[in-house]
Amino acid sequence: MTALLERAAPAAPPTVRQVRRQHRLAWIARHSIAIALAVMFLTPVVYLFLLSVMTSDQALTSDYWPNSWHFENYVRVFEVTPLPHYLLNTVIYAGSATALMLLSSVPAAYALAKLKFRGRNAVFLTVICVMMLPPQVVTVPLYLMWARYGLTGSLAPLIIPMLFGDAFCIFLLRQFLLTIPTDYLDAARVDGCGEWRTLLRVVLPMARPGIAAAGLFQFFYAWNDYYGPLLYTSENESSWTLSLGLASFHGVHHVDWNLVTAATVLAMAPIVVVFFFAQKAFVQGVTLTGVKG
Amino acid sequence: MRLRRLTPWTFLAPALIGIVVFFGYPLLSAVYFSFTKFDLLTVPEWVGLANYRRMGEDPYLLQSIRNTLWMVAVLVPLRIVGAIGLSLLLTQLRRGAGFFRTIFYLPALAPPVAATIAFVYLLKPGTGPVNAFLARLGIEGPLWFNSPDWSKPSLVLLGLWGIGDLMIIFLAAVLGVPASLYEAAALDGANAWHRFRYVTLPTIQPVILFATVTGVIYTLQYFDQAAVAGSIASGQAVTGGGISSSFGFPEGSTFTYPLWLYTVGFRYNALGYANAMAVALFVVALAVTVILLRRAKAFSGEEQ
Repeated sequence: MTALLERAAPAAPPTVRQVRRQHRLAWIARHSIAIALAVMFLTPVVYLFLLSVMTSDQALTSDYWPNSWHFENYVRVFEVTPLPHYLLNTVIYAGSATALMLLSSVPAAYALAKLKFRGRNAVFLTVICVMMLPPQVVTVPLYLMWARYGLTGSLAPLIIPMLFGDAFCIFLLRQFLLTIPTDYLDAARVDGCGEWRTLLRVVLPMARPGIAAAGLFQFFYAWNDYYGPLLYTSENESSWTLSLGLASFHGVHHVDWNLVTAATVLAMAPIVVVFFFAQKAFVQGVTLTGVKG
Repeated sequence: MRLRRLTPWTFLAPALIGIVVFFGYPLLSAVYFSFTKFDLLTVPEWVGLANYRRMGEDPYLLQSIRNTLWMVAVLVPLRIVGAIGLSLLLTQLRRGAGFFRTIFYLPALAPPVAATIAFVYLLKPGTGPVNAFLARLGIEGPLWFNSPDWSKPSLVLLGLWGIGDLMIIFLAAVLGVPASLYEAAALDGANAWHRFRYVTLPTIQPVILFATVTGVIYTLQYFDQAAVAGSIASGQAVTGGGISSSFGFPEGSTFTYPLWLYTVGFRYNALGYANAMAVALFVVALAVTVILLRRAKAFSGEEQ
């Protein structure tokens, strides 16, 4: 112990004032770095927004401050593109995928987290493998399967599978359900509740934050998805989602950068709004996906 | 009593059906198709190992493998180091930590297509604000997404902008390090670097492993940003309607493995060959997954 303390003692102990000054300098340094980084993180979105309110002529120049503000660009982008249609498709895809996923994944996650049965580990390992493997591995056979049923060209191939659960969300929900004390479930079972009633009456109310997180993840995933809609709907423009429409805007309106950026800002906006309403559930969900030693 | 034993399986039934129909069956099909030659109009014809031999002679495939490995080698470590750095910075802030956390996190939620468009505009060689800023400092900015040498570094910048999800995971890990360990280290006379090196780093090591494995898996499927960046930067993109001829722009430097797989399958209709590429991707991804399963306790399926 004495050896430890000796090593801890500095050669010349700094005065209180020196320590305080050092602390203040460190405080300023840390906050300056944080502010500089925050500016860098915000720049792309701010620049995008400024570009979106310029005239189409000014948007092609290297100016970054609008000479005059043209918020009507946000109205025009609705008139010159099928944006409302893309938006509707995106809402249908994200909304139904999320609802169906929860319906099918919550019971599965409950069984994996709270029921004891032979083969549970094998099932869980399979779920992990499905979660980890790149979607491109099964793309061609799946595409051929949906083509056989005449469903390519629509969003059905992206929505129907959600009736049968999503591996990532099952994993996330399981991690959350593990944190619910088993005592509550045992009490319900002693009271004569079957497993389904235990799930509906006891587990569901307690698992609301986990369900919110999984639902948000699924919603955001579908909202942002580009690969899926590109694969299944690229030949049929009436099924395009926002991501797909956005990617092709630039080709059609390549001189109207102000409109392209206005559409881009519009695609980001709902996500930001949802995030501010559900920030807590979201951060908790991300934390759950990480591994605790 | 027997019904009781079946209950877990009724809970799992939809998910199990989903795994078989949307994963097991197509995976086996992919293996079978990889030994055949066909397109959307013809019946699969058995060609043995021809598709796998073709993989060794396809210069674009080799380029896409090099591109993907480059992204894995650069993007994954930079994202992990950056996320740890940001989370350490956040824990050190007395004031405004919540505010900064939100700012750093939000870009991770931006739709990849929207974020990519933002970066292509931001990094436009002629009129983009980044090169304008560099010019003011007397530096001639690169051509970014329009240069075969700089297109992948540009994608890395985009990936670092969306670092927020990883940062949240590391933030939880760093906050979870027991304070008693830091106190013990302080008694030992450890300075800030020592505290990080000998206390924080070993404690969050499982999370680093997790982030590495998921990062590698994620980068192996890297598609959206590469596809959109190539299309938009080339200036002639109609990415929605069919397969863009500008994928991989410039000079194939943004052809990632999945992007080339998609192009081979759905633009050139070489479906047998695309399945051979898919099987190879499966083998690599499975190997990486096994590393995680063997090392991380939370994945072993045991309850605490």
